[in-house]
Amino acid sequence: MTRRLRHGLFTYGIAVPFAVVLAFPFVWMAVTSLKPQATVFDPTKTWSFHPTLANFGYLFHQTDYLRWVENSCFVGLLVVAITLAVAVPAGYALARLSGGVGRSLGIGIFLTYLVPPTLLFLPLSRVVAQYLHLSDRLWALVVVYPSFTIPFAVWLLMGFFKTIPQELEDAALVDGCSRLSTIFRIVVPISLPGILTVVIFTFSLVINEFVYALTFITSSTNRTLTVGVPTDLIRADLYNWPGIMAAILIPSIPLALVYNLFLNRFITGFTGGAFR
Amino acid sequence: MASVAAPAVRRRRRHLTHSKGFLAALLISPAVLFIGALVGVPLVLSVYLSLTDATAGSLTGPWVGLRNFTTVIHDPIFRGAVWHTFLITAISQAVVIVCAGLLAHALVRKFRGRWLLRFFVLLPWAAPISLTVIGFLWFYDPQFSIFNWFLIHLHIVGEANKPNWLGTPREALASIISVQAWRTIPFATVIFLAGISSIPQEVDDAAAIDGATGLRKFWYVSLPLQLPIAIVAVLFGIVFTATDMVVPYILTNGGPFNSTQVLTTYAFQQGINAGNVGEGAAIALFMVPVLAFVVVGMLFFARRAEVT
Repeated sequence: MTRRLRHGLFTYGIAVPFAVVLAFPFVWMAVTSLKPQATVFDPTKTWSFHPTLANFGYLFHQTDYLRWVENSCFVGLLVVAITLAVAVPAGYALARLSGGVGRSLGIGIFLTYLVPPTLLFLPLSRVVAQYLHLSDRLWALVVVYPSFTIPFAVWLLMGFFKTIPQELEDAALVDGCSRLSTIFRIVVPISLPGILTVVIFTFSLVINEFVYALTFITSSTNRTLTVGVPTDLIRADLYNWPGIMAAILIPSIPLALVYNLFLNRFITGFTGGAFR
Repeated sequence: MASVAAPAVRRRRRHLTHSKGFLAALLISPAVLFIGALVGVPLVLSVYLSLTDATAGSLTGPWVGLRNFTTVIHDPIFRGAVWHTFLITAISQAVVIVCAGLLAHALVRKFRGRWLLRFFVLLPWAAPISLTVIGFLWFYDPQFSIFNWFLIHLHIVGEANKPNWLGTPREALASIISVQAWRTIPFATVIFLAGISSIPQEVDDAAAIDGATGLRKFWYVSLPLQLPIAIVAVLFGIVFTATDMVVPYILTNGGPFNSTQVLTTYAFQQGINAGNVGEGAAIALFMVPVLAFVVVGMLFFARRAEVT
């Protein structure tokens, strides 16, 4: 019993303070987003005020916010589609390639995920403008984003596919299924949860991206969420901080909820590729 | 029965492996082509650009050899950027290791309210960083900083001499380090958790039978087993922090007086804002040693992890 108590003390004694510190910025964003614009700059009104939703109204009606959300989703969905089309076959082949070749190639593809946009944005911005003629177009992002979502997705999918027993596929092959139809009839349906995980994390990578979106897009209406809020909402003399806080919270909370739901699957895929 | 079936199976296998190689190449090639075109080509281009005098609006320029590199190395702002990049990465990741290690050990057991606590812990990782950093712009506000409100009400600082978090060099650097640590802790915790839960129950039991408990068990049994995965998480943290532009760009954009300038923000200022594409590319290429270090480390520890 005392042992259990000690464990409990350790768990809550560490987890609760950390959770408070890590989540506090979001709590404060939520509080600020409900404050009337005027009370934000009144030091005596730190905690006491009449909550209002006016800031959300401001965001939706007087800024391009909804347009940015729409742009982000447009790019996100297209990139997810491209990523799946390329990464599912590659991930499957890498998981099933026996021996060192598959492993080395898998790790090689994964390592390209580490090459950061901050290293590539200078040449890419020229390529996008001069050769693809896509400057200030969302399509530029659709073309470039798979460069980091594909390695990430291939890696996760490889981890998921490795958890599918080979015997299952062999059985289908013996029953006369071709290898391609085995992939679509056996492998894909079984790994649907894994594929869904890839969809979610790929989409969130796209929503998160900043450097390319900042360099390729120049006009306000073509901006994505992550660039629109810092460049367009923080420009006037007196920032509407409550509105900005609302703009941050709206995408953050749903993303955190799905992350939590899919966390265990993410771990399986992420560590599964290398560590089994 | 088995001996009759065996040859047939073997023949079938050989036939399959024969076509399997071709099929595998077919399935993998789109990914390789895509990555080659969008990572490989720009990488080569940025090396090329760094050797030219290319200015804004063009992909070519007069060949200048290593001049951009020598200019950059003698530039005091660049030297500062290298130092700040190192400082921010080293300190924030050291904090991350300690905090994520503790947190992962606390969250590994099932307990009441775990889902909620885990949700709170994951928030900084799940929320788009470029947006949450704007939140910090407000939390660090010189007049209305919430952190200062706490500090003043706890009588740690006075109203008159409250810190200006983003306006003074030391405080600005500390602010960036804190945000980098804050946003990396959840990811590191998650991967550490994976490392801890990958230790088979049998190992735990065996250690218990041999009388290993508490810290001794942690030091001699759990730690060595979870170390490879944990190190991979740390290497990730190093790359993401050292090559990150969002946090310093939005919080200070290198200021005040270049005191928080890092490689990424300086490359952006030189390459995009000032139009010295060649010099910007040269600055960005100084991130490659960090990448190389991490890649080598990762290959080494991924192999170790597989052996254990």
